[in-house]
Amino acid sequence: MTDSPTVSGSLRNRLVLTLIGGAAILAILLFLAVRSYAARVAQQGQDNILSASVASILDAAAIRDGQLEIDIPYAAFSMLTTPSDDRVFYAIYQDGAFISGYDELQVDEPVAQANWTFQSTEMRGESIRQVNAGRTLVGLGKQTQIEVALGQTQDALSQTMDQISRNAAFLGIGFFLLAACLSFWVASTTIGQLNKLTTSVTRRGPQDLSPFRKPVPREMAPLVTSLNSLMGRLDQSLGQSEDFIAEAAHRVRTPLATVRSYAEATLHRVERKENREALRAMVRAIDESSRAAGQLLDHAMITFRADHLEREDIDLVVLTKDLVQRLTPIAEMRELTLSLTGARAVPYSGDPILLQNAVRNMIDNALKYAPVDSTVVIDVRADPNVQIKVSDAGPGFPSEEIDMLTRRFERGQNATGTIGSGLGLTIAQDVATAHGGTLELSNKPEGGACVILSL
Amino acid sequence: MNLTSTCHGREDFLRLMKFLLVEDNLDLANAITSRMRLDGHVVDHAAKLDDATAYAEVEEYDLILLDIMLPDGDGREFLARHRASDLDTPVIVLTARSQVSDRIGSLDMGADDYVTKPFDHAELEARCRAVLRRKSGNAKSRIEVGGIVFDPVAGHFSVGGRDISLRNRELRLMELFINAPGQVFSKQKLADRLFTYDDNVSDNAIEVYVGRLRKHLEASDLKITTLRGLGYRLDHDG
Repeated sequence: MTDSPTVSGSLRNRLVLTLIGGAAILAILLFLAVRSYAARVAQQGQDNILSASVASILDAAAIRDGQLEIDIPYAAFSMLTTPSDDRVFYAIYQDGAFISGYDELQVDEPVAQANWTFQSTEMRGESIRQVNAGRTLVGLGKQTQIEVALGQTQDALSQTMDQISRNAAFLGIGFFLLAACLSFWVASTTIGQLNKLTTSVTRRGPQDLSPFRKPVPREMAPLVTSLNSLMGRLDQSLGQSEDFIAEAAHRVRTPLATVRSYAEATLHRVERKENREALRAMVRAIDESSRAAGQLLDHAMITFRADHLEREDIDLVVLTKDLVQRLTPIAEMRELTLSLTGARAVPYSGDPILLQNAVRNMIDNALKYAPVDSTVVIDVRADPNVQIKVSDAGPGFPSEEIDMLTRRFERGQNATGTIGSGLGLTIAQDVATAHGGTLELSNKPEGGACVILSL
Repeated sequence: MNLTSTCHGREDFLRLMKFLLVEDNLDLANAITSRMRLDGHVVDHAAKLDDATAYAEVEEYDLILLDIMLPDGDGREFLARHRASDLDTPVIVLTARSQVSDRIGSLDMGADDYVTKPFDHAELEARCRAVLRRKSGNAKSRIEVGGIVFDPVAGHFSVGGRDISLRNRELRLMELFINAPGQVFSKQKLADRLFTYDDNVSDNAIEVYVGRLRKHLEASDLKITTLRGLGYRLDHDG
């Protein structure tokens, strides 16, 4: 079976993580940007009202009788009313000396006529926004500088800020979720193309080594190109090794066949017992070697096919009937009868070449050990499970060895004198296993071996 | 004393089968040819596909033995052409390929059977017999002599109009005798022809088969004579 490749990371995860990470950073930036902009706008609003208020206080200042008089208008404070009942502090200084209001409210530097300053500061444990404004009053040859500081707590503002922050957070989260969904979708569709290619590679039969023709995205074209060239080389080398095996078999078997035919022909002309024995031994050796070579090739082929089982809908009875017909001449040579019994049709989905080989090996085995003038019964049935049973009237399997006979190159004690490679039942067993079935060897109570291939 | 009856107008009733052997290996071809001639068959040998096509066009064969790998092409092409040309001469493929992969090609291409090299001649003969039997209607293998009717291909045997079923080896023994009337067969020769090399045959086994055949022939004009120290011979009492 194929080895799993070493997996290092996942393209999909990497893609998703990158996209989601990007989306998260973008969402946070968005949140911060919206909030700071909103804060600026809100602060601007408060500053404007404070300006208006301080302006109206300064406007109310006048020098009367050489005395500074400031009648703070009601509107100056009423315009600062907020739903959160923010408190307002003020302080008035004349030429740097405190006149009225809260003296904690300091004006650090003299304020020019046109250059009001705003600052955020603390007062009585609360953060306030403070505006410092100044005005130069001239009257009766006297010039005086007044400065007004006006502060307001920021409860309403921070409430507004909270609300804006909440909304900005919702916006950021929403954006993030949407982007995350998109990145999953993008990753799936991108990886989907790869999966599609994988599926079409997997779905191929073991013999199909033709190049891929389906259109693929440009980025995958190099992969498909190299896959196609690999398939091409594989196809070529498979073809070459197949040709090589056929050629090798041809080169080896044809001379063997020549030697064998000559030996057999000579056997008919030779009278002396020693010579005849020698010729028989020769023929036997040729048969041993060619049969072993053949079965090794078959075994290799079956191992290959069993790895890539190609199931087809077949009728096991038709398959067995073909085999029986083909093996009848061999059976007749040994005065044996092949009898096919059981169901009339047993449909099954399996690899016909493998099954045929397995059943042929089972029947071959029976033919080798069955006594002359007996019947080898081949029974095919679908009840209670699909099975093919081959039983003969031979000596049966040696009971102490019955479990090891399906092992490779293992032959029973009673096989001495019979030609075989010890692979026949192994092949049958391999085929059974490949189809998820079993091969069961037993001896009938009335004598004779019985091999059951259950599928 | 020889048999003088005729069979379907033929001078003797040697049942001549005519084979076309297509095989590029001359040694193997010679070996097969000489072995088949030993059985009294006629064999034409073609070493190339072209020759084979030429032979098949001119002569009428009972059976074609075809090698798959030939110097000027694939034997399966010949097979396909042969099948397309409406000739129903049975074809047995001689192949050196593995049995698993081979079955796909040659049988689907219309071969009647195949043998894997190296093959047992007895198996080849048995397969030829089986193929010919399947392609029945080959009436020329029927032999009538001395009160018996014998068709070795169909496996039919009757004495005085009464059908007798012969076992495979009895059938082949009968065939050997009737194809070479008056010839003496030693026990060993008979054993070589009836059994494969790996059967352990005792002289007794031959006696058993000859004995059975003798019994079947009791009602006919034919009989098997024992020549002490030499073997057996089929004689006509007529």
